[in-house]
Amino acid sequence: MGMTTLYIVLGILAVLSTWAVFSYNRFVSLVNRAKEAWSDISVQLKRRYDLIPNLVETVKGYATHEAATFDNVTKARAAAMGATDPAAKAEAENMLTSTLKSLFAVSEAYPDLKANTNFLELQRELSDTENKIQASRRFYNANVMSLNTAIESFPGNLIANTFGFAKMDLFELANPAEAEPVKVAF
Amino acid sequence: MTAFLILVILIGYGVSWYYGSSLFLYVAVAIAIFTNFFSYWFSDRVALSMTGAKPATRAEYFDLYTVTENLSITAGMPMPRLYVIQDPAPNAFATGRNEKHAVVAVTTGLLSMMDRAELEGVIAHELSHIRNRDILLMTVAVVLAGFIAIIADIFLHMAHAGGGKGNEKGSALFMVFAVVGFVLAPIAAQLIQMAISRRREYLADASGALLTRYPDGLARALVKIGSYGMPMKKANHATAHLFIGDPFGARAGQWVERLFATHPPVQERVKALVGGK
Repeated sequence: MGMTTLYIVLGILAVLSTWAVFSYNRFVSLVNRAKEAWSDISVQLKRRYDLIPNLVETVKGYATHEAATFDNVTKARAAAMGATDPAAKAEAENMLTSTLKSLFAVSEAYPDLKANTNFLELQRELSDTENKIQASRRFYNANVMSLNTAIESFPGNLIANTFGFAKMDLFELANPAEAEPVKVAF
Repeated sequence: MTAFLILVILIGYGVSWYYGSSLFLYVAVAIAIFTNFFSYWFSDRVALSMTGAKPATRAEYFDLYTVTENLSITAGMPMPRLYVIQDPAPNAFATGRNEKHAVVAVTTGLLSMMDRAELEGVIAHELSHIRNRDILLMTVAVVLAGFIAIIADIFLHMAHAGGGKGNEKGSALFMVFAVVGFVLAPIAAQLIQMAISRRREYLADASGALLTRYPDGLARALVKIGSYGMPMKKANHATAHLFIGDPFGARAGQWVERLFATHPPVQERVKALVGGK
């Protein structure tokens, strides 16, 4: 066994370890980006929480007899803010969305309310917040997809399995009924 | 801008050849690279002042602002500065040396003609130009053209020194090649630069569709932009390649014009997005 063979072997080992380091760091980066994307969703959700009390107060001023609807919204909001487990939080968020839908449906019956500029502004902001929540969820899913693909692909999966990088879950609709188109009935 | 700078480089090349001194070429390349880098580094300010764009506020342009903000969230990039151009022709451009210094401008014509889904398609296309670093790419194209000219010059000097001694026929042939090269080179450089610009337009369309997951929005917007036909009030060759639609109005479909067009034809772009109908 000559010196040349030794150099070749050392060379190959150097290349492999360099690749391994780059691969490991890439996984770290992907995982952190996915985690950051998850907290970005919380940022948008907080926007929604902050807008809701103002909305409830505005509607209360006009629709004084719809106490049940207001209570549902307030309770759902509290539940969503308190949930920590991701699955429970997603469910609480969906609950809050449906109570808000009821609130807006109820508001349809009060033309004075619908003309109120404050109400219209809040409605517009809430609608935009829903879009932002959706945008941040899509960003999260895009990052999770990159991470999962990297974990599953060869030869990255060797590094992932050795160092225990786990796949993350995509944000999916918890309630299959959400996927149904909204029926608009007059 | 790129075409102009490539022309500067080639004029420097021609002058160098004529006077037998490479100095002119190097000076020309240096000037071209410097001005090109300057226009790249300050591309946001240059483009904005050339088009007379005004900043857009959230209060005044709520839909435009929120569409851009939300798409930036989806793309995971900082939100670019938004501007509005007073022009009835529907169009939009994006520029800026990197994501942090990015600028997107749309015309008042575009805002009045598009619904929200179509506006999303257009903005997604513009954000994709920024993400795909197309401004940097076109800058690099000019720098490369400069270096190719220098290398060609070096080779020609070597060939001339080696085989030109007292060889009349060879020298005449060489001169023919040089003149043909001098005439064709700027055309070739222009063609390559336009071809790159068109490919990047297709890429921005595709990236935009991937961002919105709704290619129909952009397809409908492109049809509307393409059917407008009239040129923009401040259409400018230097900034033409930055816009989503050709600011000089839809060009005729003749193959010669198409080779020199910064944008692919609208029908081709729509077909790429939603398939043939």
